[in-house]
Amino acid sequence: MTKFDLSIPSQLTAALAPDIFLMAGAMVLLLWAAWGRESVARQRAVGVASMVLCVLVAAVVGYFMWLDATVGPGPIAMDGFRWTADLILLLATFATIALSMDYNEREGITAAESHVLLLLATSGMMVLVSARDLIIVFLGVEIMSVAVYILAGLNRRSDRAAEGALKYFLLGAFSTCFLLYGIALVYGATGSTNLTEIGERVVGNGAGNPMLLIGMALLVVGFGFKVAAVPFHMWAPDVYEGAPTPVTAYMAAAVKAASFASFLRVWMEAFPDVFVQWHYAIWWVAAITMVVGNLVALAQKNIKRMLAYSSIAHAGYLLVAILARGNLGSSAFLFYLFAYTLATFGAFAVVVVLSDRGDRYLKIEDYAGLWTVRPWLAGSMAVFMLALLGFPIFGGIGFFAKWYMLQAALDSITPLTNLAVLLVLTSVISAGYYLHVVLVMFMKPVSRAESEPQLAGRLTQWVIAAAAVLILVFGIFPDPVVRLARSSVIVPIGR
Amino acid sequence: MIDPPYPLFYTFNFYLFGVIALASSLAFVTRKSPIAAALWLVNTMFALAALYVMLDAHFIAAIQVLVYAGAIMVVFLFVIMLLNLGHPSEVADVRGKWGKAAAAVLGVILLAQIAVMSGSRVRPEWILPRGEMDRLLAEKGAIGVVADPLFTNYLLAFELTSVLLLIAIVGAVTLGRRSDVAAEATTGESVSAG
Repeated sequence: MTKFDLSIPSQLTAALAPDIFLMAGAMVLLLWAAWGRESVARQRAVGVASMVLCVLVAAVVGYFMWLDATVGPGPIAMDGFRWTADLILLLATFATIALSMDYNEREGITAAESHVLLLLATSGMMVLVSARDLIIVFLGVEIMSVAVYILAGLNRRSDRAAEGALKYFLLGAFSTCFLLYGIALVYGATGSTNLTEIGERVVGNGAGNPMLLIGMALLVVGFGFKVAAVPFHMWAPDVYEGAPTPVTAYMAAAVKAASFASFLRVWMEAFPDVFVQWHYAIWWVAAITMVVGNLVALAQKNIKRMLAYSSIAHAGYLLVAILARGNLGSSAFLFYLFAYTLATFGAFAVVVVLSDRGDRYLKIEDYAGLWTVRPWLAGSMAVFMLALLGFPIFGGIGFFAKWYMLQAALDSITPLTNLAVLLVLTSVISAGYYLHVVLVMFMKPVSRAESEPQLAGRLTQWVIAAAAVLILVFGIFPDPVVRLARSSVIVPIGR
Repeated sequence: MIDPPYPLFYTFNFYLFGVIALASSLAFVTRKSPIAAALWLVNTMFALAALYVMLDAHFIAAIQVLVYAGAIMVVFLFVIMLLNLGHPSEVADVRGKWGKAAAAVLGVILLAQIAVMSGSRVRPEWILPRGEMDRLLAEKGAIGVVADPLFTNYLLAFELTSVLLLIAIVGAVTLGRRSDVAAEATTGESVSAG
């Protein structure tokens, strides 16, 4: 087993090899993208190169996983949690680039930089999930967010995209202030930004120190904005609706995943000993998020807004993992994240196909009778909806994701029975809108003006097929994913 | 660094610049004209720089004036004037009644937080010992005190900041570029990056 000493710069660099490789590759691609004339062909070529880069970085991550290295104290963590989260993020990026190559061509977006910005955002996320220092957490959040603000506004001919991007930018900057203020106060209360040191120092100084409590509360607000938990969710529906659909999928899956992973690491490494102080706050945020997200989703007519509220509801389920604490919580978290990422990408890929040029068909009614025109598309969409719902067998891996989350909630050191009951109840509510989509697709007559939706691009078809097949196959054989999630735990130093 | 009990001159300066900073930032958020608001922000930056000097952070104070009050605010003013936003009526309607109410509630909460926190004490062992700052300044100079940790302990953060700035530049170019020819791109023609 290799051990990295992060106080030596060369070893710190080695510990960050996948992240640095991705950044360097993205910068080379950026030069290539900016070198010549902007065209559809170049946009596609840069897209293909970006996908190859994702695979290469995933290979490097796999190598580190195999190396099973550990680290000494420092700003970066090396544990299974980081590598598995990295792989999920790279999977999401790969799918986003595949979707946006077709989408950009259809919508006339020729900026090849869009793919490069996705890669740079992902590099920020990879730094974020590895960060063991609040300054690095902040920089990771910013690298990720700034790139995604730009991506949200990429379609400059759409007023709605401009509105969504501006709203996202302003509220994102606003939420970053909370995060930064919280970091400053935690630093004031503990004298350190390093998670390990904070974890050691909160014990003696923590309990009653108002500065620490307020700092933690502000961190919850900051992270709450990024993961779109109620009551910090109001930006999400507008932004999800306005952004280009592949970017929406990226925001719903990757941005949420990376912010959550960092949230979990900060809470498990820095604040495990002041559990009593934050337990109720996060409990209530989780409960309200589940209830409000699912209830408001019921009322949505627009499929992108419906999926936005559904992703808010899923943020509530994921918060349970933070409350469950320990290895159980982080394993359930990663398993859930994997299932959620697959289902989210599948669902948004179908939305990309059916919305047609200019995003004309975004109402749920537009899906009526899809079964009679495009049976495969309707079948896949049904799988994604059932997976998000957590339905057994037909929902594939989605069922096991909910199952393990419930298990983590019930088996944690302080059993979260009430929250588990709420999780099940709100999942039942969510059947109202997930099954509604399935119902409309299979039972209603075709209603849209042009009965035949356009054919999906080749890559989009692949994303849909791969997501559906993976959901169903892992739904029957979840063992490999379970084993990976079990071995991917957060390993704090000296505990 | 001056240790308590503080001399009258030091106390006077603290309150003077503190009041200027608070008053200017209040004026900054209440002015209707963007130009006036930006100039009040410059004033706030100057007052903060003075407070940094009183904390012995001379280099940070100089950078605050040069970069924030100087470069960044000049660019702000340029943008405001270039976009011809100098007329109060055009932007006044952005701030609705509910926005103001929410801001007021949030402000009260943050004020209450400061009041609560004023009771908490920092552990003595995390505070620099008496005279330590003077010794460091004499030994390394005002810049060395900042540069030393920046290029050793915080090197990673420093490098990541450069990536962040790169993304901001790429984003500004991508969003700001004229691409009104993009409509043709759907037909597969190559278009100029103009």
